[in-house]
Amino acid sequence: MNYHWDWGILLSPEPGGTGTYLYYLFIGLGWTLATALAAWVIALSIGSVVGTLRTTPHLWVVRLGNAYVELFRNIPLIVQMFLWFFVVPELLPKGLGDWIKQVPPPWGSYIPAVLCLGLYTSVRVAEQVKAGIQSLSRGQGMAGTALGLTLGQTYRFVLLPMAFRIMLPPLTSEFMNVIKNSSVALTIGLLELTGRARAMQEFSFRVFEAFTAATVIYLMTNLLVVFAMRALEKKVRVPGLISASATAGGH
Amino acid sequence: MSGYDFDVIQRSWVYLFRDGMTFTLTLTALAMLGGIFFGTLLAMMRLSKFNLLSLVSGSYVNLMRSLPLVLVIFWFFFLVPYIGAWIIGAKDPVRVGSFLSALITFTMFEAAYYCEIMRAGIQSVARGQVWAGYALGLDYWQTMARIVLPQAFRNMLPVLLTQTIILFQDTSLVYVISATDFLGAASKVANRDYRLVEMYTFVAVVYFVISFGLSTLVRQLQGKIAVIR
Repeated sequence: MNYHWDWGILLSPEPGGTGTYLYYLFIGLGWTLATALAAWVIALSIGSVVGTLRTTPHLWVVRLGNAYVELFRNIPLIVQMFLWFFVVPELLPKGLGDWIKQVPPPWGSYIPAVLCLGLYTSVRVAEQVKAGIQSLSRGQGMAGTALGLTLGQTYRFVLLPMAFRIMLPPLTSEFMNVIKNSSVALTIGLLELTGRARAMQEFSFRVFEAFTAATVIYLMTNLLVVFAMRALEKKVRVPGLISASATAGGH
Repeated sequence: MSGYDFDVIQRSWVYLFRDGMTFTLTLTALAMLGGIFFGTLLAMMRLSKFNLLSLVSGSYVNLMRSLPLVLVIFWFFFLVPYIGAWIIGAKDPVRVGSFLSALITFTMFEAAYYCEIMRAGIQSVARGQVWAGYALGLDYWQTMARIVLPQAFRNMLPVLLTQTIILFQDTSLVYVISATDFLGAASKVANRDYRLVEMYTFVAVVYFVISFGLSTLVRQLQGKIAVIR
């Protein structure tokens, strides 16, 4: 192919004057991780609650949980980003909406991106939590009731501690999905890793160096997450179970 | 806020559906067919007894699954013109339209995800079926085409369709290469008439109705075609 590689570009300064292009990309990785981690906190808290509620015997609670899941699962992520960024500030009271629009960059994109990604991922976590709880044998819940525990206590002391340990592998792949999905935030102006690779390509015209560098950084990040989670999985493994490594679909 | 103008949808819906939705649905359908075709080949390679084939397929699938789709869209958007030039032997990168670029991207990207589904599908077929095929004198391709794959497809049909609904939603990311899919068309009208609230709400509703409707159908299908064992 007729392409002249020039890897030196990574060490030349970027036009913003913050440092080399490589440094510029790593700051992007910082934003990617900051977005993903904050969204993950939201996703894990809401997802655990919704997922748990969907396994309770209360019909209306289950229906409400299902409606929540269907709502966030059937709208593309980028459209949800636009709703949070363009539509929500207009629907709020005028003073608040105007204040939100004044938030300086990068926070003006970071906050809607985190909220959007957090809620989007929460329904996927909710699905995993529900599946995790339902994978436990029915006898466990019954044993809790037989011991005189209330429904809440049964969840707190019997079901959830087991379910979360079983769910760890699918939750790992959801966490990796959050890291990947945070790249959609570039559409509302957040300069995370993919956004910065794209910006670097526009400034320097070095298309493939920029995207190769971003690709390598993503792969290294994935490897780190996988190794860290493997170690955690080993630590919390339930003795006596065949530890199945599940892979979740989607992206 | 006052002054919503939902007339903008009435003024533009013909354009949105005739240009935008046609792009989205054509892209989804073709990428699904291509993705399942290449995904099945990748799955056969991955399960092959030749280590090299299985290594190549495994590396490709893992690479695609580790990268954000947006980055992959950018990669192919810039790479396809060079590959085109290399194929036809031209000196300069060839011009490729956004539809073709998006189609190649989604076919290659989704193939990795369809591969994992088809791999599970092929592995769900009892080994004795393969031996029976060989015992009847069929070769590898005949056994695959007539015995293993039909059963694998049937077992995995709901999962394949669910992945296609994800693909349908993912095609909206072609926004980043300024293609005029359903979202792209709506975004153009929204910015021209400064009606972002109305247009993006409408887009969300349309995507929701289609995706929810399709996933309800898939759930019904799942009950209907389940093989009783």
